[in-house]
Amino acid sequence: MTEVAVTPNGMAGKTDLSAAPTAGSSDLSAAPTAWNSDEMQARIRRRYRQERTFKGLGILALTIAAGFLVFLMVTVIGSGWNSFRQTQVLVPVTFDAARLGIGIEQAKADPRALSRANFQGVMADSVERSFGDDAQLVSDGAWLALRKAVEADPAIIGTTQPMWLIATSNMDQLSKRQIDLDADQANRPVNDFEIAAWNRLEADGKLRTVLNRTFLGGADSVDPELAGIWGALKGSFLTLLVTLAISFPVGVLAAIYLEEFAAKNRWTDIIEVSINNLAAVPSIIFGLLGLSVFLNTMNMPRSAPVVGGLTLALMTLPVIVIASRAAIKAVPPSIRDAALGIGASRVQVVAHHVLPLALPGMLTGTILGMARALGETAPLLMIGMRAFLTSVPQGLTQPATALPVQIFIWSDNVSRGFVEKTSGAIIVLLVFLLTINSLAIYLRNRFEVRW
Amino acid sequence: MSIGFVFLVVLALGGMAFWLGRQRGMAFAVAGGAQVGSVHSRPQYHGAFVAIMAVLPAFLVLAIWAVMGEGLVSREVLSGLPAGAVGDSDLDRSAFLSEVRGLVRGDYAAAFNPSADGAAVAWKLASARYGLLFGSAALALGLMGGLWAWTRLKPDFRARTRVERFMMILLVVASLVAILTTFGIVASLVFESFRFFQIVSPAEFLFGTKWSPQTAIRADQVGSSGAFGAVPLFWGTIFIGAIIAMIVAIPLGLMTAIYLTQYAAPGFRKVAKPVLEVLAGVPTVVYGFFAALTVAPAVRDFAISIGISNASSESALAAGLVMGVMIIPFVSSMADDALTAVPSSMRDGSLAMGATPSETIRKVMIPAALPGIVGGVLLAVSRAIGETMIVVMAAGLAANLTVNPFNSVTTVTAQIVALLTGDQEFDSAKTLSAFALGLVLFLVTLALNIYALAVVKKYREAYD
Amino acid sequence: MTMPEAGVSVGTTRPKMTARDVKVSYGDIEALKGVSIDVSTEDVTAFIGPSGCGKSTFLRCLNRMNDTIASARFSGSIELDGHDIYSPDMDVVQLRARVGMVFQKPNPFPKSIYENVAYGPRIHGLASKKADMDAIVEKSLRRAGLWDEVKDRLQDSGTALSGGQQQRLCIARAIAVNPEVILMDEPASALDPIATAKIEELIDDLRGRYAIVIVTHNMQQAARVSQKTAFFHLGTLVEYGDTREIFTNPKQPRTKDYITGRYG
Repeated sequence: MTEVAVTPNGMAGKTDLSAAPTAGSSDLSAAPTAWNSDEMQARIRRRYRQERTFKGLGILALTIAAGFLVFLMVTVIGSGWNSFRQTQVLVPVTFDAARLGIGIEQAKADPRALSRANFQGVMADSVERSFGDDAQLVSDGAWLALRKAVEADPAIIGTTQPMWLIATSNMDQLSKRQIDLDADQANRPVNDFEIAAWNRLEADGKLRTVLNRTFLGGADSVDPELAGIWGALKGSFLTLLVTLAISFPVGVLAAIYLEEFAAKNRWTDIIEVSINNLAAVPSIIFGLLGLSVFLNTMNMPRSAPVVGGLTLALMTLPVIVIASRAAIKAVPPSIRDAALGIGASRVQVVAHHVLPLALPGMLTGTILGMARALGETAPLLMIGMRAFLTSVPQGLTQPATALPVQIFIWSDNVSRGFVEKTSGAIIVLLVFLLTINSLAIYLRNRFEVRW
Repeated sequence: MSIGFVFLVVLALGGMAFWLGRQRGMAFAVAGGAQVGSVHSRPQYHGAFVAIMAVLPAFLVLAIWAVMGEGLVSREVLSGLPAGAVGDSDLDRSAFLSEVRGLVRGDYAAAFNPSADGAAVAWKLASARYGLLFGSAALALGLMGGLWAWTRLKPDFRARTRVERFMMILLVVASLVAILTTFGIVASLVFESFRFFQIVSPAEFLFGTKWSPQTAIRADQVGSSGAFGAVPLFWGTIFIGAIIAMIVAIPLGLMTAIYLTQYAAPGFRKVAKPVLEVLAGVPTVVYGFFAALTVAPAVRDFAISIGISNASSESALAAGLVMGVMIIPFVSSMADDALTAVPSSMRDGSLAMGATPSETIRKVMIPAALPGIVGGVLLAVSRAIGETMIVVMAAGLAANLTVNPFNSVTTVTAQIVALLTGDQEFDSAKTLSAFALGLVLFLVTLALNIYALAVVKKYREAYD
Repeated sequence: MTMPEAGVSVGTTRPKMTARDVKVSYGDIEALKGVSIDVSTEDVTAFIGPSGCGKSTFLRCLNRMNDTIASARFSGSIELDGHDIYSPDMDVVQLRARVGMVFQKPNPFPKSIYENVAYGPRIHGLASKKADMDAIVEKSLRRAGLWDEVKDRLQDSGTALSGGQQQRLCIARAIAVNPEVILMDEPASALDPIATAKIEELIDDLRGRYAIVIVTHNMQQAARVSQKTAFFHLGTLVEYGDTREIFTNPKQPRTKDYITGRYG
């Protein structure tokens, strides 16, 4: 694309168009254009102004689009990065054997008895002894750390140990400076008691902020400080596994058949149009399909990755078929002719020559399809993968949820703790998508052959 | 024997069949000498033939077992119960059966229904018996198939042809799956919508203006008005997707495409296009969250500041703005393609007359590229009206028929989500109305897509 | 006494391939209107004629490559060693190994030189051990006159060779499956003069071991490499005979006009 070399303000003295026609030229009907007249100059200047404005509008549009993206990223990262940190309170915990209901010998002999021991009570007692009970400082679920400690070393029963316990969401938010301390008590999520308590803890050095392992390794929970995305991640992984296992082979085989073996007639034209349209159908329609066929007619287990995977597979199938057909079409016919001329059968031509050459394109299309499936929420909502689950899914037929659905569920929750977790989950999702897309682009650049 | 165990045994059988067939094939090859045509097929095809003939019948039996097995066992267990142990309705029976299944799996130690324990024992027995039946049938058929195939092997046996024909069948089946999905969608939507239209008349649905989808459970229930006029939904969908979003997306998308194709240096284009693609790759749930978190409050504050006091925090404007930004890459990429397809001779002709680039674009290239651009816009509209998460999270569920962008409206997609989450009985008009909405959505997007693709195709052909 | 049909050889040894009354049409267009000809192993046969006269179409009938074109219709008979190649029990896959083809534009596979040559023997099962395959590859490359140039770089990609080398690689590939006939569709038209000369030399070397049919629009080339020449025009075989006769003393007026450059 060559830029036409126009100077910004018309005549820069290059070509002198002002010369009047020479005496010898014939006098044609129209007078020569008076390039030098004032109005012509004004007109040209105006046209260049319009040019600059137009070009500026283009840059403005790009800036707005890019700016929105930046704004989105900054907002999400800004509100989400805190979810990777967790505030803990230092509490001296007395592992009273009587309160626990189990002694050292019993703990050593029968580890399963520990699951019935009363760690909640021990924790409540110790917290009340240290801090009084006017403010909720320690999370309800923090007792798990106590059990872990006893499992590791039963000998601590009967002793008092300093334990770092997960703080409540309000303490957590105060530590992360997320709460506006100047607002009225009525408008704040934390009351004055809690702020006073927090100040005391801070002053005594009983607070610390560490990497939030619970977020990355735990399942969902009612309390924001205990909520984790591992359950949703595993659910997404299982679902995508099913999607890939179904849509990749079926899509590639269907593309091979339609491109290489099927006769070219009106029927195949209709099929091509219908597959192209299927790729543009809104994803929620596939959710309706999954609901009525898989759940109602075939009675498959609700909320299971199997059903989610099947539904997403139907959605991804047209994308893979279209990408694979394009990749197959790109293989030049001379290679096919050469193989046929040697005496290879049509199936051998496809298997030995066409498929290996078309594979990079097929894989790129599949990976991009998987990335799209990872971010899909609506179809999974339809088939019920929005259940509230506090345990990590165990298999393909157990109820599960997926990461985008988890984000959706959490986004409804207005407590500050959950806003932070939602953004954190979004960060994780975006990181995964970035990785997958980069992989696809890398594959495409490295392996795609240009004929 | 469990189905998984038999599956593995069948696989092993297939492997052995392959090996034996291949051995025989290799013997043929050695005897025939290395001449083209002495043996019809290479040894691996002989092996594959035997393996397929062994594995296929066995898999068929396994498939039947997988589909029917549980039903057969259930039926036997239920028929063995004393009368009155379980209620008559399907719901009672299926609840009882899941209890029995739970007991068998060891999920819980005791069940509510006293007959469940005895039933669990009967279940285990029946399961084992059917397992033996099906498993041995599968293995027997597999062995017979493999043996029969092995005896057919001869030097001039066309094993490769058979194996390739089998692979062709596999290809055809795969294609059928891809094709049947379309029919499946249409069929299920039409079927459920038909049931809906037997309860609510199509005229009320398509032209009614009151949307309040309650169904009465009892005849005297208060608040069971049950109006299913979908016009507010259609309006909300168009308002957000086709009007507000397009007001944002068309100018921005078109200008970015113009700048990138006509003005930008190749290096700049290489950086800018991926940025736009990232915009397209962000999941819609993220856009929705962002819209609800940041954009909606900002819009409400803005509305209050210009005097509209009752602006809600879920507004059509918030959803429309974010959706518009999401659609920018679609419009931009289609406009990009359309502008690139205009022959450079047209552009050069205009520039050669002394027109500025912007005049060339406005007066020559855009009119020339217009069909392609219009097609792109139609596809973008189709995408926008099918979008779910942004509207669910930012636009709300109030079926309002309003032109005030600061009010909350709802769309077809948001309603589908609302109607189908939570408890549903599958026969109520409320649940079925979701399918009717889905059918309308599918038909409209289909029509837009077909028309848009046809327009773009015709436009391309005009310039090829 | 009836004149023997143009193209039918009058001799005692059975020709390698015989074609009788071959008609081919693509949809409504008749490309071949009844061609009968014999091809023998001792002589290189050249098909000449202006473009669109049907010589390439007829060539592609000899190894049933026209089967790949959906609209092509064939009638007549073609026999290889007395067997009808269009009969249902003739395996087209074996046919194409026995009747090899070299195309106008060199089309090596995007694999290594070794693999290009080894592909045919591999799928037809001609070598069970690596040593046997190595021998086949070397023999084919030698016969194609390429061995000395590539023996040290057999793992290099076949597409990295020059145009002339690529075409010789394609010839080696065809030779590797032990064909009885080699069909060449304008094999040198995409090559420079030096590469062309090498190909013509090669054809002369291969003569007698394989029945060679070469389609060419270059009359001088036909005169150089062939012993028998067939002149096609508008889908019919106009004249067939010894190359020297055709070029010095053609019997048909159309042949004479073509040879002397009146049209073509």
